[in-house]
Amino acid sequence: MSFSADKFLLRPLTALFGLFCVMQAHAQLVIDVEGGDVGATPIAIVPFATPADVSFDVAQIVEADLVRSGLFRAISRTDMLEKPSEPARIDYRNWRAVGMENLVIGSLSRTARGVAVRFFLMDATRGAQLLGFDMPAVGPEQLRVVSHQIADLIYEKLTGNKGYFNTQIAYVTASGFGPGRRFELVVADADGYNPRTIATSKEPLMSPAWSPDGKKLAYVGYERGRSSIYVHTLASGDLKKVVSEKGINGAPAWTPDGGKLVVTLSFEVNPDLYLVDLASGTRRRLTDHYGIDTEATVSPDGLQVAFTSDRGGSPQVYVVSINGGEPRRVTFQGRQNLRPRYSPDGKSLLVVNSEGGRYTIAVVDLRSGSVRSLTDGPLDESPSFAPNGTVVIYATAGRGNPELATVTTDGRVRQRLRQPGEVREPAWGPASH
Amino acid sequence: MNKNITLAAVFCATLFTVGCASRGAKSLPPPPSDADTGAGISTSSTSGAGIGDGSIIATPTTTNNTGALDLSANKVYFDYDSAEIDTAGQGVISNYGRFLAGSAGTKVRLEGHTDERGSAEYNIALGERRAQTVARELKALGAVDSQLSIISYGKERPAVPGSSEAAYAKNRRVEITQP
Repeated sequence: MSFSADKFLLRPLTALFGLFCVMQAHAQLVIDVEGGDVGATPIAIVPFATPADVSFDVAQIVEADLVRSGLFRAISRTDMLEKPSEPARIDYRNWRAVGMENLVIGSLSRTARGVAVRFFLMDATRGAQLLGFDMPAVGPEQLRVVSHQIADLIYEKLTGNKGYFNTQIAYVTASGFGPGRRFELVVADADGYNPRTIATSKEPLMSPAWSPDGKKLAYVGYERGRSSIYVHTLASGDLKKVVSEKGINGAPAWTPDGGKLVVTLSFEVNPDLYLVDLASGTRRRLTDHYGIDTEATVSPDGLQVAFTSDRGGSPQVYVVSINGGEPRRVTFQGRQNLRPRYSPDGKSLLVVNSEGGRYTIAVVDLRSGSVRSLTDGPLDESPSFAPNGTVVIYATAGRGNPELATVTTDGRVRQRLRQPGEVREPAWGPASH
Repeated sequence: MNKNITLAAVFCATLFTVGCASRGAKSLPPPPSDADTGAGISTSSTSGAGIGDGSIIATPTTTNNTGALDLSANKVYFDYDSAEIDTAGQGVISNYGRFLAGSAGTKVRLEGHTDERGSAEYNIALGERRAQTVARELKALGAVDSQLSIISYGKERPAVPGSSEAAYAKNRRVEITQP
């Protein structure tokens, strides 16, 4: 049985490439993957046919993305009995023979506007097309973005969840001690590539938080012995000081409409939560307690704020209405529970859970109150969900310099993202719009 | 009043930058851990953040230097997740409290720090609580609010690297420094 190429549905894809003209950070994250083969869906990603003057391996990026998700197991190229680049050339017997259910093929071509990528996702068992796309032509430097978009399309088709490969992460690096200490705020692709330093300081840079549209980062910086909360517009580099009170100015969290920040301020004696309207600058106090209230996260529906408070003695997570009122405690397992982050569906919280001197990343189910640890510690912190909620990025310390790692929310696949120096406070950006 | 204050001249020297740095520089309180001369945050696409005014410079006061208020110990240490001051810390605070009470023009900065365990912003709050505790004790000894400024660095500026209990004990501290 054979198909002719023109029968295959080819859909053009309009893409927005949010690339920023900023300086390249020197050190790039290197990824090690642990675990994951068991239960993963087999997939073959055949090297794409590529013009001689283009040296870019789209299939390799797509494969790396899909394998990192933990949901796919890729067949080695050396085990491929054929390397077709168009559907009509596929002999499905070659793929069924090696147990492949899914097959990705494609090609690159030169056009007047750059390099165009065409790809197909085929159901090898049925010999049927699942996806076929002509991606818009781009300059060679954007082929990595196109590759992540292809991985997103394949992931969504096969899993039913949105892909998260064409996303960005922000994180903080620190190096040196004493007066020589230096902090950098870095934005990179979700796979660690293309790191760009967007701010540097001899003083701490902390708590980066993506605006819901992915165009801005709120974070904490220090100047002249005082902390402030800034909003940094990535495309322009514009830096706006939003709050700078006496005492703590910390832990910014965006509301889902992008119009407000919940922040921690201590100018009225001790740290409480405040809701700051970014357009008008007006603010309203959400909590009022002599204990520490900090590390807010706003629920996806914008109605609730979860935060860390030691009002009961040890730090635990509480939830309060976005309009204020009496907070209620939501974590009961563990000596400490800190720094919550709402899941994209609002049904659970990622927290740092401390028990027996070990700090791990855990998921708290808000309905049942059950706590499930995803990591082993010893000092894991700053968890942040990928936009589709299936993977968590976090910082892990206690064995040498802190570094970044990811874990799937089923706890099955972990990766370490290694880089020299201390790397902390990762924040996963929203899905591209 | 000032004759009771037999402070180490070296501390004045550092505070007022008048020269006797050659006298036992090792026992000086260290300069603030940030580079106040720096430009704060610089971003990749703008020409840096705006800078405020310079820090306040204290006016020298007259003191005589016949006795020994030991100001070389300028760090108060704490237990895990605690802001309580122990006996050694009381000694440090006692010297500085009496010194400040007798030197109305002198200002100090209290920098709160924590060990690396726990979340970054909770540690900022804990560092501030420690610095506030020290401030309260200094005021009980006669220092006044205008002499004291507080900043918390949480776990962002450890004194000692590493993840051992020994390193943690050195990092859970309030440093009394020049503003």
